[in-house]
Amino acid sequence: MKSKSQDVSLDDLDRQILRLLQEDAKQTYGEIGNKLNVAHSTVYDRIQKMEQAGFITKYEAIVDTEKMGVPLITAHMTITTDPKETENIANKMAKYSQVLEVATSFSEELVITAKVVAKDQAELHSFVARLIAPLPGVLRIRTAIVTRKFKEERFGIRPRKE
Amino acid sequence: MRDEAFYFFTSIGNYTGHSAASLDEFLLRIKDIDVKSLEFHLFREDFEKWIAQTLGDALLSDDIRSLRIQKVTGNALRDRLYLVVSRRLKELKRPLVAR
Repeated sequence: MKSKSQDVSLDDLDRQILRLLQEDAKQTYGEIGNKLNVAHSTVYDRIQKMEQAGFITKYEAIVDTEKMGVPLITAHMTITTDPKETENIANKMAKYSQVLEVATSFSEELVITAKVVAKDQAELHSFVARLIAPLPGVLRIRTAIVTRKFKEERFGIRPRKE
Repeated sequence: MRDEAFYFFTSIGNYTGHSAASLDEFLLRIKDIDVKSLEFHLFREDFEKWIAQTLGDALLSDDIRSLRIQKVTGNALRDRLYLVVSRRLKELKRPLVAR
């Protein structure tokens, strides 16, 4: 952890450890150490420091809902709002469990984008019609239902280029 | 928030930005809303349900159901919907006893 950002920052070894953890967080310190040619105690120390410094926020299981027999549809919503109400609306949306991600984005105008899930189309429509459309300041909503996913990954850490 | 209002969509999750909180407002919206929205809600039975359950007007709800059963679409739907709603509004606004 040589270069700095706030109190602690990451060097290439940290980045390589993070990349391996992103691929599989259940690997042992020894397995990671073997792949990177460093001692498992070094890996342990680096991970502890990265956890404490907040670079690693949590470890989570990614569940295959299809295998679980829980049919879910995913949709991407774009909500055009009165600019005065944008933040209020985004904050309210963030509280709903159906909303997985919510953000404000700017292209030609400021909009809210959100990724939502529902059991089926009827539930999705009911959620949008009962809880989102009536929020003060909502001007228009476009919703696209995901039909097929071609890639789904989180941002992967890469070693710095020399 | 207008909890009891009707919110016009053109398809699942696609909100037009227009709503109606009364039968008068509903009539105004029928005139200029995208006809796709009228078709979407008619065939989902949304109009019938909102008019019967929220406005409590079973007679008008029945009239709209008959439009659905007849599979009226396009501008013919807009015209006939406008006709049945405006006729009903006139009836409701007519004094019970003629002066």
